[in-house]
Amino acid sequence: MKTPSMNVNRIKTYLAEGKRFDGRKPEEYRNLEISFGVSKKAEGSARVKLGDTEVIVGVKMAVGEPYPDSPNKGNLMVTAELLPLSSSRFELGPPKFTAIELGRLVDRGIREGRFIEFEKLCIKEGEKVWTVFVDVYTINDAGNLLDAAGIGAVAALKNAEIPKYDEKEGKILYGESSGKKMPLTKEIPISITLHKIGDKILVDPTREEEDAGETKVTIGLSNGIISSMQKGNEKELSTDLFGEMLDMGEKIWGDLSKKIEKAAK
Amino acid sequence: MATAFKRPDGRKVEDIRPMKAKVGVVPNADGSAMFAFGGTIAIAAVYGPKELHPRNQRNPAKGTLRCTYNMNSFSVSDRIRPGPSRRSTEISKITGWALEPVVMINNFPNTVVDVHIQIVQADASTRCAGINAAAMALAHAGIPMKDIVSSISIGKLDKQLVVDVDKAEEDWEDGEGPTDIALTFTHNDEKLSHIQLDGYISPKQLKEAVELGKQASKKVYELQKKALKNVGEEITG
Repeated sequence: MKTPSMNVNRIKTYLAEGKRFDGRKPEEYRNLEISFGVSKKAEGSARVKLGDTEVIVGVKMAVGEPYPDSPNKGNLMVTAELLPLSSSRFELGPPKFTAIELGRLVDRGIREGRFIEFEKLCIKEGEKVWTVFVDVYTINDAGNLLDAAGIGAVAALKNAEIPKYDEKEGKILYGESSGKKMPLTKEIPISITLHKIGDKILVDPTREEEDAGETKVTIGLSNGIISSMQKGNEKELSTDLFGEMLDMGEKIWGDLSKKIEKAAK
Repeated sequence: MATAFKRPDGRKVEDIRPMKAKVGVVPNADGSAMFAFGGTIAIAAVYGPKELHPRNQRNPAKGTLRCTYNMNSFSVSDRIRPGPSRRSTEISKITGWALEPVVMINNFPNTVVDVHIQIVQADASTRCAGINAAAMALAHAGIPMKDIVSSISIGKLDKQLVVDVDKAEEDWEDGEGPTDIALTFTHNDEKLSHIQLDGYISPKQLKEAVELGKQASKKVYELQKKALKNVGEEITG
């Protein structure tokens, strides 16, 4: 069920006047709700609602071997499942490009944003480190899963506690508190995706607006520093418009990071 | 059953864990619902009837009810690798069989009705919670049904029958060990649409277990009915 071209054209005409179907400003996000404790079996979990879009994100931890090039650092693995439950557009089967893109963008937002202090996840150098699994599940796709997943990952990590580990037995005692929170830096990395429609930019698109988008740029921002970026879709982008995107992204970061901090308390 | 049997969480033998049900949890879907037995939480969404692809799978005599059961990787202590497994494939199929007797799928030749079940948090009896959520989601989607199904697990811990098995009971070690029986009943004519059993039990006691399950499933039914009458509200029971 792709958005009909009539609606796409109307979205463009509206946006040229700075208007959107739901009355939001181009740079305005939908109502953001974050809640925690989706699964008590997870080390940390969060539910993020952006308007009607909903994702749940869980953090699991396991003990594994470090990579040879980082013997004293923990590992991170992010996966995303675009559940057929969440939209008639998603089908069963092996992950398609959009699911891989989602997982990878969330991964880089966290990794490059240096959010997790991986050195503190080392148990025994060169032998044993914690692997952090961040798994994203979509519950309802009403547009902008990318940003919702990024916020969910950050929130779930902030909610996470390292499980107790019995070093002698080499066993993780899930469910027993170690009292140790996930080692995180203070600044929150947020992925903000800006969409170009006509010669205008908008954020937090609905599903229809996402279809109308010609190209998008996902920026991983952390307190004034850009640490990851990716342009998606085939259309080209003027450097002026790109500059505007960066300015808009920075403003939005300030607003969103406050909301996440508040929810995490 | 007058003996003072101690269940790990202190429940009486016939007690179901606190149940929760809510209809309308996935806006995109044609019908959706959540059902929880204590710490076991399932959500289900229904899409369809819609065209079945590929075409060669279409059945001109009746529609296809296609169920998928999937667990969140973080719904259990040891992370589950995302994607289908042998276990989830089997449960998917069995869920479809449990539901099909009450769904008038014959009305929709050549089409498919998709039922997607997701386990958000697991504390045993996940397939039962999934079937309960799916039955509500189908009704919410307006798929014609002649009845509803309600699912419950009966356990046998050592020699004692108990209703609604949780994880601690599933791992019961004393005496004859654990027996886990998942049962699904149609409401009106009280027939079995699904049974699975793992463990150690005599035919005589199994008959008792089925009867116990039938009575317990009525409590599940009451909650499903209430949730369907109050779409969008979380009903507890």
